[in-house]
Amino acid sequence: MDAESLLLSLELASGSGQGLSPDRRASLLTSLMLVKRDYRYDRVLFWGRILGLVADYYIAQGLSEDQLAPRKTLYSLNCMEWSLLPPATDEMMVQTSVVKGRFTGDPSHEYEHTELQKVNDGEKVFEEEVVVQIKEETRLVSIIDQIDKAVSVIPRGALFKTPFGPVHVNRTFEGLSLSQAKKLSSYFHFREPVELKNKTLLEKADLDPSLDFLDSLEHDIPKGSWSIQMERGNALVVLRSLLWPGLTFFHAPRTKNCGYIYVGTVNLVCFLLLLPLISTSIWCPGSEERTTGPGDPALKQGAEGWNVQMREDGGWKWLWEVTARSPLRKATSCTQMRAAHRSGSPTHLLLAAPQAEELTAFNKENGNLFGPRTPSSYIHVVHHKSSVTGLKWAQTTATPQHPSQAMSTHTQWVTT
Amino acid sequence: MEDLTSLKQEDNQEPEEAEQPWEEITAASSQDPVPGLPEPLESEQGPETGLQPGSSPPQSSQSRTSTPLNDLTGLGASSPPSFPQEPTSTPSTLALARQDLWSPWKSDKTTSVIPEARTAHSNHLEQSSDKGESAPHQKCQSEGNTFQQSQQTKHHLHEPKDASHNNSKLKELRLDIFQEEDSNSNYDLDHPEPGTSEVTPNMLEIAIQNAKAYLLKTSSKSGLNLYDHLSNMLTKILDERPENAVDIIENISQDVKMAHFSKKLDTLQNEYEMLPIYETAEKQKALFLQGNLEGADQELEDEIAENSLPNVMESAFYFEQAGVGLGTDETYRIFLALKQLTDAHPIQRCRFWGKILGLEMNYIVAEVEFREGEDEEEMEEEDVTEERDNGDSEADEDDEDELPKSLYKAPQAIPKEESRTGANKYVYFVCNEPGGPWVKLPSVTPAQIVIARKIKKFFTGRLDTPIISYPPFPGNESNYLRAQIARISAGTHVSPLGFYQFGEEEGEEEEEVEGGRESFEENPDFEGIQVTDLVESLSNWVHHVQHILPQGRCNWFNPVQKNEEEEEEEDEEKEEEEKGEEPDYIGQEVGPPLLTPISEDLEIQNIPPWTTRLSSNLIPQYAIAVLRSNLWPGAYAFSNGKKFENFYIGWGHKYSPDSYTPPVPPPVYQEYPSGPEITEMDDPSVEEEQAFRAAQAAAELAAEENEETEEDEDEEDEYD
Repeated sequence: MDAESLLLSLELASGSGQGLSPDRRASLLTSLMLVKRDYRYDRVLFWGRILGLVADYYIAQGLSEDQLAPRKTLYSLNCMEWSLLPPATDEMMVQTSVVKGRFTGDPSHEYEHTELQKVNDGEKVFEEEVVVQIKEETRLVSIIDQIDKAVSVIPRGALFKTPFGPVHVNRTFEGLSLSQAKKLSSYFHFREPVELKNKTLLEKADLDPSLDFLDSLEHDIPKGSWSIQMERGNALVVLRSLLWPGLTFFHAPRTKNCGYIYVGTVNLVCFLLLLPLISTSIWCPGSEERTTGPGDPALKQGAEGWNVQMREDGGWKWLWEVTARSPLRKATSCTQMRAAHRSGSPTHLLLAAPQAEELTAFNKENGNLFGPRTPSSYIHVVHHKSSVTGLKWAQTTATPQHPSQAMSTHTQWVTT
Repeated sequence: MEDLTSLKQEDNQEPEEAEQPWEEITAASSQDPVPGLPEPLESEQGPETGLQPGSSPPQSSQSRTSTPLNDLTGLGASSPPSFPQEPTSTPSTLALARQDLWSPWKSDKTTSVIPEARTAHSNHLEQSSDKGESAPHQKCQSEGNTFQQSQQTKHHLHEPKDASHNNSKLKELRLDIFQEEDSNSNYDLDHPEPGTSEVTPNMLEIAIQNAKAYLLKTSSKSGLNLYDHLSNMLTKILDERPENAVDIIENISQDVKMAHFSKKLDTLQNEYEMLPIYETAEKQKALFLQGNLEGADQELEDEIAENSLPNVMESAFYFEQAGVGLGTDETYRIFLALKQLTDAHPIQRCRFWGKILGLEMNYIVAEVEFREGEDEEEMEEEDVTEERDNGDSEADEDDEDELPKSLYKAPQAIPKEESRTGANKYVYFVCNEPGGPWVKLPSVTPAQIVIARKIKKFFTGRLDTPIISYPPFPGNESNYLRAQIARISAGTHVSPLGFYQFGEEEGEEEEEVEGGRESFEENPDFEGIQVTDLVESLSNWVHHVQHILPQGRCNWFNPVQKNEEEEEEEDEEKEEEEKGEEPDYIGQEVGPPLLTPISEDLEIQNIPPWTTRLSSNLIPQYAIAVLRSNLWPGAYAFSNGKKFENFYIGWGHKYSPDSYTPPVPPPVYQEYPSGPEITEMDDPSVEEEQAFRAAQAAAELAAEENEETEEDEDEEDEYD
């Protein structure tokens, strides 16, 4: 948010509950004015607040006349004394990506991270644990840059590109109309465009080069990473990022008032939360037999000599129950069942009970519930489908072969 | 920007083509009246047309700016021969505007122009004066042009004399020259009037040219120039002819600039889209009117005495000191909405619990306690889960083989706590925005709390949204919301030590139920705690909401008592702060008792669960103590020593340093007990069989002679 209209902006962004105390507000109004003078910025933005365990970082950014030129970032702990942060580099990004958890509020605090490094000692190659020290200030630089790149927002038309290249504030911008304000396509990422170059000529045909020179939020991945709400009876539109909870963008339609503020603990939300769950499937890794979501053709055909029946449960449309039994073999003993397993048709199926409270498998002869013969492995997969790209995302969890082994979970994108 | 220039270029093309015939005509017709003039003029016409399209690169902006002029002259020149059809050939706004101009200008300006024309005709030595006349026109360019143009047309129409013809032509030529000078600054100023050599270079004209050059200077920021802008403005004004144009000239200027950024194709405008604003205002009007309806003093006194309404504004003031909270305006509306709620229901105590953000709408949550005996407890339907279990067995009956029946029995459902106890101690109302209807949330069941701990979902803002998750959540969003509220309250509602005390009447009576006494009352002797103490030590804060056990209840419920016939394995997940329990027998779950200091809260992977601070370091005398939960980001508490309040605003998600992963499914059941009778053995090899046979034969020989060897084999088969 613009430092000059700080009070109004804070009022408009207050719906997310994160404001500033009166003394902080007052000190910001004073000190940012001085920052603007001393550093000779064209515009000073109050960027937000990163909540630390002991103290909070207050962040401001200075813009030059070209609005897209690299910004200078400053931080302060008391809202009066500002320190300039170095520009973010890729190296910093890699270095700080290993750090998790909260900020402490002490810029000189050093996170310790142990990593294995291969050391060549003559002919031997062995791994050595090396403790890496990462300064919190470095992490601060990197996080601010990440958030800026991911979720800083500007409404369409607030900036325009001059014929000579630089990007300026559009003095004639009078706000989005209400119908525009409800669409994500009217909001742009306030950063150098990345996606724009990848667009086809056809897609670019409708773009106005003086206005549409930034990436719009419309095609952000994952889809649904923005919550767009009309508040105060359409007098205010508020965008909240779900990827970086804490980022609030506000805009009063038909006025120039707009801006964004980040107040949060710097916790990236798992993609998983943003994707709809479509099915759950379980199978024995030894056999191809499995239960999955609706319409798995393998199940309908049935394995050799087995009837497979499917039934949709009213409560869980995405979960199908499969029961199977053999009309050919009157399997009476376990030995025979195992023989059947050997010959390629599994003797049991793992079932997902409709309540999914218990994952069970039927022994179809005695009606007992059982698990795989060996306590070894079954794999549990939760599928998610991205509504953006149609990509399927599967999370696979394998139970350990032995209790001493750790549960392994991994995720992967499944192409269709 | 591009649109504009392309448009201009188009304009540029058409008139120029149209100009050609006209030039020929002038060349032909102007022979007789003014003998000396045509040749130099013709010679100048040449470079002019040549210059225009191929405007040299360094002068690109200049040449662009000069196009409207050229456009105008072209139009003016070409229009007379085919006057009525002209607009179709050049369908630009400028052309249209000009069309409109003709009729009015004709009548208005006749008098002033005619003499001028005549002088020009009689003696072109007087051209200088003529020029003086036309100069002001050009200064305010487009008007000047239209002016001139109208003169020309008028001459053509009303004075079909050679003289007028001539005059108009002269003017046009002069204009052309003018243009040339624009695009080529080195051009000699004297040059345009070779036929009028005796006229000295006019100072006025130079001044005009300088002024025009200034106006044509392109802005270094936007690439526009004032000349064009004024031209567009005047076109717009004359096009639209608004009333009292002088009063809104600033806005017209702005509109013209904004027009650069809007597509020309947008014809639909003036949408009436602000309607929802009025609807909301109408809805909220009810909030402001409610005070007036009840006039009786008696009632008012009662109300003040009862005072179930919290002082939201006071709390909001303190929270603002802490740097959290909604804006004053929104808080006040919520205040009014709470008043509406307390008026509508028999409420003993009411509190603004907080706000939960959703994807489409947000929830404003009020925590209330009904008056004794006036619970508005509707009979709620029992869990749907049991019904579902029954549905399992009805798989296909038509087959003779009965489908195997599952021996699995779900663990006994833990009954939910009665209202006014445990997690259902308070009743919660939510609304999406102040003025909207308050909806009562259903009471929470232990199963919902247990599952809610395992899942993480965003709220949408619509209470009837189904929660699709793994593990499946029993209920819809209203249940999930209620479960999260219960969890947040249990985790983050804290008060200064000593503010509450255990009720005395309940005294030392030992309760079976773990978790200690569950009721407390305000301590009348509470003297307050120094704010600095509150900031420095977490042990000065206590939880005043009961801890929720892993079971999902605050008070332990023993499922075995009721249900001895079978042993159950309860797979209960543990929250971080829970002690482990033995898997064999169901140990009683124990949580920290009520009014436990928060200093005993467990850390979240080395992160302290609470952050305390003083609201202001500048004026510490009057600062308050602020407590921020790190476990539930968005949960805050303040205390000024005497008063305290808790508040939550956020997404309703618990903090975890690792990103969320759905839990793995529970282990599957054992197929059968493993034993020798079902263990598969390897078939004996030939050697083994032979050895066995030999041994057996030896034994047989020793025992009996009568036995036959075939029986042996049979035995062996049986053995297998």
